[in-house]
Amino acid sequence: MKSIRTVLTATTALCAAGSVYAADLEVTHWWTSGGEAAAVAEFAREFEAQTDNTWVDGAIAGGGGTARPVMVSRIIGGDPMGAFQFNHGRQAEELIEAGLLRDMTHVAEAEGWKDIVNPPSLLDACTVDGKIYCAPVNIHSWQWLWLSNAAFEKTNQAVPTNWDEFVAAAPALREAGITPMALGGQPWQSSGAFNVLMATLAGPDVLQQIYGDGDAEMAAGDKMTRVFQAASNMREMVQGSNVQDWNQATNLVITDQAGGQIMGDWAQGEFAVAGEVAGTDYTCLPGLGVIEVISTGGDAFYFPETGDAETEAAQDALAATLLKPNTQVAFNLKKGSLPVRSDVDLETANDCMKKGLEILGSGAIMPDVNMLNTEDTNNQLNDLFVQFFQDPSISADDAQARFVDIVASKD
Amino acid sequence: MAATRPIRLFRNISAKIAAIPMILTAMVVFVGGTAWTVTYSFTSSKLLPKAKFVGLDQYERLWNTPRWLVSLENLLIYGICMMVLSLVLGFVLAALLDQKIRFENTFRTILLYPFALSFIVTGLVWQWLLNPDFGIQSVIHRMGWTSFNFDPLYNADIVIFGVLIAGLWQGTGLVMCLMLAGLRGIDQDIWKAARVDGIPSWKTYIFIVIPMMRPVFITTLVIIASGIVRLYDLIVAQTGGGPGIASDVPAKYVYDYMFQGQNLGQGFAASTMMLLAVLVVVIPWAYLEFGGKKHV
Amino acid sequence: MSDTALLSSAPPVSGDAMTGPRGPKPRRRFSRRNIFIYGTLIVVALYYLLPLYVMIVTSLKGMPEIRLGNIFAPPVEITFEPWVKAWAEACTGLNCDGLSRGFWNSVRITVPSVLASIAIASVNGYALANWRFKGADAFFTILIFGAFIPYQVMLYPIVILLREMGLYGSLTGLIMVHSIFGMPILTLLFRNYFTSLPEELFKAARVDGAGFWQIYFQIMLPMSLPIFVVAMILQVTGIWNDFLFGVVYTKPDLYPMTVQLNNIVNSVQGVKEYNVNMAATLLTGLVPLVIYFVSGKLFVRGIAAGAVKG
Repeated sequence: MKSIRTVLTATTALCAAGSVYAADLEVTHWWTSGGEAAAVAEFAREFEAQTDNTWVDGAIAGGGGTARPVMVSRIIGGDPMGAFQFNHGRQAEELIEAGLLRDMTHVAEAEGWKDIVNPPSLLDACTVDGKIYCAPVNIHSWQWLWLSNAAFEKTNQAVPTNWDEFVAAAPALREAGITPMALGGQPWQSSGAFNVLMATLAGPDVLQQIYGDGDAEMAAGDKMTRVFQAASNMREMVQGSNVQDWNQATNLVITDQAGGQIMGDWAQGEFAVAGEVAGTDYTCLPGLGVIEVISTGGDAFYFPETGDAETEAAQDALAATLLKPNTQVAFNLKKGSLPVRSDVDLETANDCMKKGLEILGSGAIMPDVNMLNTEDTNNQLNDLFVQFFQDPSISADDAQARFVDIVASKD
Repeated sequence: MAATRPIRLFRNISAKIAAIPMILTAMVVFVGGTAWTVTYSFTSSKLLPKAKFVGLDQYERLWNTPRWLVSLENLLIYGICMMVLSLVLGFVLAALLDQKIRFENTFRTILLYPFALSFIVTGLVWQWLLNPDFGIQSVIHRMGWTSFNFDPLYNADIVIFGVLIAGLWQGTGLVMCLMLAGLRGIDQDIWKAARVDGIPSWKTYIFIVIPMMRPVFITTLVIIASGIVRLYDLIVAQTGGGPGIASDVPAKYVYDYMFQGQNLGQGFAASTMMLLAVLVVVIPWAYLEFGGKKHV
Repeated sequence: MSDTALLSSAPPVSGDAMTGPRGPKPRRRFSRRNIFIYGTLIVVALYYLLPLYVMIVTSLKGMPEIRLGNIFAPPVEITFEPWVKAWAEACTGLNCDGLSRGFWNSVRITVPSVLASIAIASVNGYALANWRFKGADAFFTILIFGAFIPYQVMLYPIVILLREMGLYGSLTGLIMVHSIFGMPILTLLFRNYFTSLPEELFKAARVDGAGFWQIYFQIMLPMSLPIFVVAMILQVTGIWNDFLFGVVYTKPDLYPMTVQLNNIVNSVQGVKEYNVNMAATLLTGLVPLVIYFVSGKLFVRGIAAGAVKG
């Protein structure tokens, strides 16, 4: 027994020694698609160029569902990574309350984040009890309709300029053997698309009332009935897009096999990687062309408590680097998202990004669903809408009734 | 022998010391972990386990969730089919291989190799073969039979059978292997005696050999059943639970709520129900297995 | 379902001694019975080989060919590029060194984990079968119960356990986790096997004054090759293919190959590269496959050795 124990302690000591090599900062994230990987590489490059530290990449593919248990285990297991990516919003609240994440207020103050981060709501989502715990890196909005120009040319139709025109153009696309709309099979895409329909067809206020205030009456009301009707139309349009991942669905649009897709602005990264040009190859309609509004969700980096001075110095350096103007430009151009600071020059941005920037500048913004709902509520919505979009036997009324239940019981 | 207490404790002392890892695993990990899970299923734990008790709320919600009911139904269908088919196929294949045939090695390797591949891989390959656009269906269409319709993964009513095809492909080899090991353990004299008595071989199998292979069958059953209860990777890789939620299973429900939905309490409640169901099966089994033997 | 009818439809063997597992070679090569047996086996073998064939063929095709072609068609132009890419170039995030990154980690994890879990479980099985002590059955029942606990449920309790033991994130911790989760089924396997060995052997050894370990090493082990091979097949497969434990209980510098496989298969860089996916899949499965081919022979030899009764 004694010898086993010695071996055990020796091994742990070895492992502990391994992690003391300072200035190696392990960063865990789930950005592994083409555009995402290219974007995160910019972070690593800037981080290593501007500081002496090394970026140790801990990418876990498969999205938050796969990566999150890894992150949480590492943190509660007492062997955290140097930094990790989470969606902005209510997801990290508990880790902060449990004192597992580092207070980064000193970096925020030194870098003047309060003055540069725009909209300020991004920083608010990082703030708990007046302390700042995360570094917001980008703004993502969901409310985009991506259309393949070639698909409409093939059917001798003008590229739609709003949702209704798109719905009207669908039968001709179907006849030409083109799936009118692409939708991946993963649950979050279904609920995401529905939330976009809700935010645009019923308006951001309705969304705010339902998700923000849990207004079940509004959820059962006429406005929402119309949204469910639209969703029911959409269900017919997405028949036949047999793909799972969001970027596979985007790829159907890129290769003109599908007419369009409702997806967040990150889809733009895929168009860019494929060498497509906004305006000529594809068209983007913010707010589905119905109402010009974008949500301001996004990604943020959090920094676990490690108790190691050298790691902390590297964490500070990373946090500062993430919001530097150069980094913001390089990263967001690749990722297809908007920078968190309005003082950077995005001249090289393409048409779609510029549209996004304009809307952001005009202040037509709404909170992201992630900031209003807990992941638990989102998960319930996922279950409902993935079932609704894949199973035509569920009527719009039944779906609405279940929707009302979820809203009524949300916390 | 008048064994006093301390001596009794030290009887078979090496055996007891050797069993320490097993006892620790059983008590600390399995009993401790289960108790922990059950306790936290009564809490409103979200991202982190927190002892904030909410009574039966999580269970109430669980049984009101359509997705949970769908996943239970799927597990039941998959479980029964998998259990019956893999046992029957595994045994029949083992019996065929046991006929002193040529190329036994080759056949056995072919039947067993899928087991070397993970469920992720199995799911991926079969997702592909069953894809209506370029899998088996499209090939048969191209051969001229265009009315042929075989797209189990995109048909909510039969998707679970699409998963079953892949599950059987992966798992039957091991069952066959275990059965073969069992058959080889049967005494030669049994066969000779049966032959002398003129009993047809199928009768010998069913009435003599199979009852003798009871331990092998129990092992196999436990292996198959635990695989069924834990069924998760295959679903994720092959269908992602879809179309919609049509191929969801309890383990996926648990995982999704624990880590995707950040509602540990709900996940624990669902897993407590799963564990309860397992207990309902394991306890009578243990009683039969050990209860009767004490008198021998 | 024709297979269920198979046993009953097999013609009853008349007199000639060939039903038995170790009977003499069949005399007539093309008897109805032989055609039936080989026919069934060949059909089943084809069903089993089809996916492997598709995987290999696909991994040797270029993407354009895959998009146009029939998945069952042999490649028009054979390319090994997908294999090279899967092994050495495929990216996850920033690391573009494919599966090669995790290969040795997988070996470092699998070898000790398989050895440790089999060693512990075989001793357990032996103690349970031959040295029944009070309460053994209860522990065993709990162990079997443990075989049914979904891994995901135990994720956090084990994180806490490892943290308290100071083993979190280390190889030792991961080996322990694999041993724990391998224990139920393996113990059952060994217990049943040792129970099926003739009891006289054990009793004779006890009369000769042999102790616990002596009997285990000198009598039980030499007779147990077949069951060790089965256990090894189970464990090598399970541990080599494990993704969840490897990724949750270790750090990136110890991540097994399956983490890269997941990353290659799950992260789509633009178009899904099916050929690279298939090559990566085959490469990852190669080690267990090779072990199967090697141990397949051992398996038979083990059975032959085990059947020689003392």
